[in-house]
Amino acid sequence: MFIQPEAAYTSVSELGETGSVQFRDLNCNVNIFQRKFVTEVRRCDELERKIRYIETEIKKDGIALPDIQDDIPRAPNPREIIDLEAHLEKTESEMIELAQNEVNMKSNYLELTELRKVLENTQGFFSDQEVLNLDSSNRGAGVVDEATVQHRGRLGFVAGVINRERVFGFERMLWRISRGNVFLKRSDLDAPLNDPATGHPIYKTVFVAFFQGEQLKNRIKKVCTGFHASLYPCPSSHNEREEMVKNVRTRLEDLKLVLSQTEDHRSRVLATVSKNLPSWSIMVKKMKAIYHTLNLFNMDVTKKCLIGECWVPTKDLHIVQKALSDGSAAVGSTIPSFLNVIDTNEQPPTFNRTNKFTRGFQNLIDAYGIASYRECNPALYTCITFPFLFAVMFGDLGHGIILLLFGAWMVLSEKKLARIKNGGEIWNIFFGGRYIILLMGLFSCYTGLIYNDVFSKSMNIFGSNWINNYNTSTVLTNKHLQMPPNTSAVGVYPLGLDPIWQLADNKIIFLNSFKMKLSIIVGVLHMVFGVCMSVCNFVHFKKYSSIFLEFVPQILFLLLLFGYMVFMMFFKWFKYSPHATFQPETPGCAPSVLIMFINMMLFKNTKPFVGCNEFMFDSQEGLQKTFVVIGLICVPWMLLGKPLYIKFTRGRRVSHVKHNGELTGNMELAEGETPLPTGNEQAGGAHGHEEEPMSEVFIHQGIHTIEYVLSTISHTASYLRLWALSLAHAQLSEVLWNMVLSLGLKMPPYTGAIGLFVIFGAWCLFTLAILVMMEGLSAFLHTLRLHWVEFMSKFYEGLGYAFQPFSFKAIIDGEEEE
Amino acid sequence: MKICGPKCSLCGLIISVWGIVQLVLMGLFFYIHSVALIEDLPLLEEYENLDAFYTAANAAYTQNAYNCWIAACIYVLTLLLSAQQFYMNSRVTAN
Repeated sequence: MFIQPEAAYTSVSELGETGSVQFRDLNCNVNIFQRKFVTEVRRCDELERKIRYIETEIKKDGIALPDIQDDIPRAPNPREIIDLEAHLEKTESEMIELAQNEVNMKSNYLELTELRKVLENTQGFFSDQEVLNLDSSNRGAGVVDEATVQHRGRLGFVAGVINRERVFGFERMLWRISRGNVFLKRSDLDAPLNDPATGHPIYKTVFVAFFQGEQLKNRIKKVCTGFHASLYPCPSSHNEREEMVKNVRTRLEDLKLVLSQTEDHRSRVLATVSKNLPSWSIMVKKMKAIYHTLNLFNMDVTKKCLIGECWVPTKDLHIVQKALSDGSAAVGSTIPSFLNVIDTNEQPPTFNRTNKFTRGFQNLIDAYGIASYRECNPALYTCITFPFLFAVMFGDLGHGIILLLFGAWMVLSEKKLARIKNGGEIWNIFFGGRYIILLMGLFSCYTGLIYNDVFSKSMNIFGSNWINNYNTSTVLTNKHLQMPPNTSAVGVYPLGLDPIWQLADNKIIFLNSFKMKLSIIVGVLHMVFGVCMSVCNFVHFKKYSSIFLEFVPQILFLLLLFGYMVFMMFFKWFKYSPHATFQPETPGCAPSVLIMFINMMLFKNTKPFVGCNEFMFDSQEGLQKTFVVIGLICVPWMLLGKPLYIKFTRGRRVSHVKHNGELTGNMELAEGETPLPTGNEQAGGAHGHEEEPMSEVFIHQGIHTIEYVLSTISHTASYLRLWALSLAHAQLSEVLWNMVLSLGLKMPPYTGAIGLFVIFGAWCLFTLAILVMMEGLSAFLHTLRLHWVEFMSKFYEGLGYAFQPFSFKAIIDGEEEE
Repeated sequence: MKICGPKCSLCGLIISVWGIVQLVLMGLFFYIHSVALIEDLPLLEEYENLDAFYTAANAAYTQNAYNCWIAACIYVLTLLLSAQQFYMNSRVTAN
């Protein structure tokens, strides 16, 4: 895009508000300090520093900063910037002055307080008679009338205050310098005094040192300075002391008043500032971002306009043009800025538009790898397949309801919950996936209904379809009875599993067979879907040859072998019935599907039971052999088809480039003047695909083929985890009920209710911790693995990079997280 | 007076609601002699004859039903207590 320099600031501001452009750095070989707008960035930094200082002062005082959620201000125009600077400057200097004054006043206050303490505590040191003699020490701040002292030969004294830690060293030093001729009396102060600079409370001691002679006095004074003891003038006469104490008290009161007024003034200033501070802070951030972006622009040769390059989603082009024209209009510029679309060989960033519902699923896919440019996006289908596969592993109506309620609460109060900034990493993860959790809960309720499992108990909604045909004596004399389905099973339970299975001894044997087959069926369907997605990719990138050379053998291999296995499962379910009269059709004769599959692959035969047939239908043997042969042909088809095709077609295409959908060949220069940037070097790299030697191509394809063939088996088996986890969940649930809640239910009447109350609480906590949290996370993880590995490896490339537009919202949210 | 903090009272609130709902339903199912819950009855290993078993089973069902409902009532008390603690905690933080 070409922007007029006057309109540059406002245009970029408009673009930042819309958030649809990603700028490319045109000045990557220029040092940060040599770029054009460095002085402006420095100005912004200075403003930010001032704002941070004021913020810390506000936080020290405990004033709350208001939170701006709705009304985010725009970047300021130059006039506003000057106002802002002046305001911030004024506030900062005021704050510094106030702080300095406060320190001064506090040290004054401290001195006066110490003086008062000295005066009060030295009462005990002087008696009234001696007081008269010691009058000499009363002249000003420790200035002693030399003549009087020497003439009288009496004791002089100095009084002061010292830190309690230093007292002993002080005393010892005095003893040494005076050779024992100094008499020190001291008394500790009980209450600590606040140090004016740091505000920490320090314990101090009052002392009075008695001495004789001028030299000693000087020495004592030097020692006092050395030990940071403060000396105070202390009058010896009692009356004068009383007067001084009163004086000091009044001065202290005055000073306290002044201090409190200063503090009030400071709070008032901070309170007024705090209202505007968040919006100023955001404005400065936006300004800085704009100048950083402007630094990415290139100045035209004629110095008439700024040139920038950016990626824009095609649908948003008109938004960008509107933003540019708005920017120009705001400044009042007559020459418009405009945008030119240029073709390029580089791979653009990938941008998937999401709304709040699909964003969670898109994040799951992006965590594996961002899609290559314009590749098929599996996130759309993940919206349904992910919760469904989760639910197959988690199927319990009770736990599903818990998940559903949790998800529903988060979704319904999402506006309120979105404002919580510092909930922690775990809360952010849960809240970000609220729609995923909601859907998982919903689908789990459904599978819970089908598995007929509510906290490990079954629900008898329609009446069981199994009847007891034994007479009373048989039932009473036998501990275990088996109910043959041909006489005891009447009809089919309408929805899901018959509730009587929960009480049967052979429940697990039956469910294993059912769930395993279900898992394989779901797995094969999922994988076939994945392979079919590759057709979409091939069609979009116009690689039609790949459809025949890659897709067809892959899908044939998968369908003819594993699709046939699924078919066998269904056929076995339909064909064998206990009501059959023809013996080979009774369930006892049903062959194992797995054994049949293995025999099919190895061309072996197993001997069936007496009276049974080896195969399920006529011509099964012939059909199987055909399938295996075609499947085996698919392997060299996959292995050699594509490389041979590339080899034959490479000879024909000598000069022209266009065979890969990602490259669009020609690069046009927009204005003819400005040199376009480094796209040339990258185009060379992308073209390298053509010059890849044939051996590389063959090896590449060989690896792909081996990987695909082996993965059909391993991934199909991998889907058995759907069975494994649902079995584990059901069994855990049952054990928890039988070992915990059952104890509470088998208690004596009426008093047992209290025991039930306690045990039920424990059962609730265990259910939440083990079955919902632990099993839920486990099933989530396994579903994710099934998607990433088994599903996406069939078609997904994932080599793209994300589209990160220049958006104020993203910058401000990102900074707030820090 | 505060017995427990905000998280504890919220926890108590949720478990109380869950307890009330589930225990009332379980009491109902015991009352209608649902077979799914037969393994949760306090029954002996062996009985003399079939009638003894039936009378014992019926008694056990109704007894368990009453137990469940009484426990549900205790959870109502817990609910009130937790709710009161919760509101007190939220008023303290609001102030």
